[in-house]
Amino acid sequence: MEIPKSFLGYKRENGRAGTRNHVIILPVDDISNACAEAVANNIKGTIALPHSYGRLQFGADLELHFRTMIGTGKNPNVAAVIVIGIEPKWTKKIVDEIAKTGKPVEGFHIERTGDIGTIMKASKKAQEFSQWASEKQREECPLSDLWISVKCGESDTTSGLASNPTVGNLMEKLEPFGVHLCFGETSELTGAETVCAARGATPEAKEKFMKTWNAYNDFILKEATDDLSESQPTAGNIAGGLTTIEEKAFGNFQKIGKLKFIDVLEPAEEPKKGKGLYFMDTSSAAAECVTLQAAGGFNIHLFPTGQGNIIGNPIEPVVKLTANPLTAKLMKEHVDCDVSKILSRQMNLSQAGDELIKTMLRVANGRLTCAEALGHREFVMTKLYRSA
Amino acid sequence: MSQPDLIIHDEKDNVGVVVIETTKKGQECNAWIMENDKSIKVNSTNAVPLGHKIALKDLKEGDTILKYGHDIGKVVKSIKKGEHVHVHNVKTKKW
Repeated sequence: MEIPKSFLGYKRENGRAGTRNHVIILPVDDISNACAEAVANNIKGTIALPHSYGRLQFGADLELHFRTMIGTGKNPNVAAVIVIGIEPKWTKKIVDEIAKTGKPVEGFHIERTGDIGTIMKASKKAQEFSQWASEKQREECPLSDLWISVKCGESDTTSGLASNPTVGNLMEKLEPFGVHLCFGETSELTGAETVCAARGATPEAKEKFMKTWNAYNDFILKEATDDLSESQPTAGNIAGGLTTIEEKAFGNFQKIGKLKFIDVLEPAEEPKKGKGLYFMDTSSAAAECVTLQAAGGFNIHLFPTGQGNIIGNPIEPVVKLTANPLTAKLMKEHVDCDVSKILSRQMNLSQAGDELIKTMLRVANGRLTCAEALGHREFVMTKLYRSA
Repeated sequence: MSQPDLIIHDEKDNVGVVVIETTKKGQECNAWIMENDKSIKVNSTNAVPLGHKIALKDLKEGDTILKYGHDIGKVVKSIKKGEHVHVHNVKTKKW
């Protein structure tokens, strides 16, 4: 297949391009959710991103909170942002960082005004942003404007056999076009960690990966109350035939094909070494991982599933594929790309990779994913430890 | 190319994955090895569902299960060729 050289995206002020054109209402903290949701309810064409945290956090945990908030606002799939927090200082900090992209952003704090006054002021600005964004048109953008993140979920053995290798095939074919790529799931590389580390493109990348994985493993060894057998693999994984974390890890690892990763990112960190594949230190829980990758600036996501994970994200479209013929049949409304014919050898891996490229480009050009059509907007902050 | 009943990732593997809805007890399964595009036959001792694994050789306690050509865990209860391989007879070496 000849791979198209471009897609239709929204060009942003900072030179990046989006596959979506969202106006988001971003609460800084849990107690500002009500206000943010009221604004999004008032003004059509906006979405609120409620979440559970943002108060009394400190140290690395607070830094991650800010990185996730700011990165979400900066993501090129977002046209404009309203930030609402209880206090002015943290609200302003987020606004100031998002403003560096050049996109419209305005912050409101609730203290000394109350919800109703804040909702009124923020709604007026949100209306302005929504109408402004609605005039943005899709334009031809080079393929290199795609920043593609990947994460699998509710995996079974068909993931490692076919749907994850399909993603790997896509990566091998698109890497030469200069796209950014990102995989994560630190915990679900357990058992394949040394094989994964060997894929570091430089000694620094290899070392950084092992340091990240070891830190995770030390934490598990410290906190685990049993052998994690209720959590890794999950009951769904086991029902699908996966027996051990090692088996799950080698299946997971198929998503990067034969590529090497050039750097290791902190959770929600934006890549800074240019095009290529990055590893991001993330949770393996689907919504947490995709939220972090979207905050890192990725604008389209590929999600292979075995037993049928249903996740979506409010700003980054999540394209789902499966190679499990039962999932493709029983959960059809969640599957954007069915590659189950690989198992019956009616389709080879390269054909499946081509199908996924076509599906992904249709979504990049504007087709709603199954998760978007079904209203999945899971926005889940990663919290590192208890608050002060 | 005929439709396989089992797929084996790597020549070194001692398990194969069922890729039909279920094997039948005693069924002679056509197993395709992805790595070298060869095929072998294995009899499925029990009915084993889609996605689950079947042993390609006799395995004893302490043996290593190889899949993707890599170590994916240890045998904790001996397994005969053709039997279902899963959490009842294999455990992780981690944790």
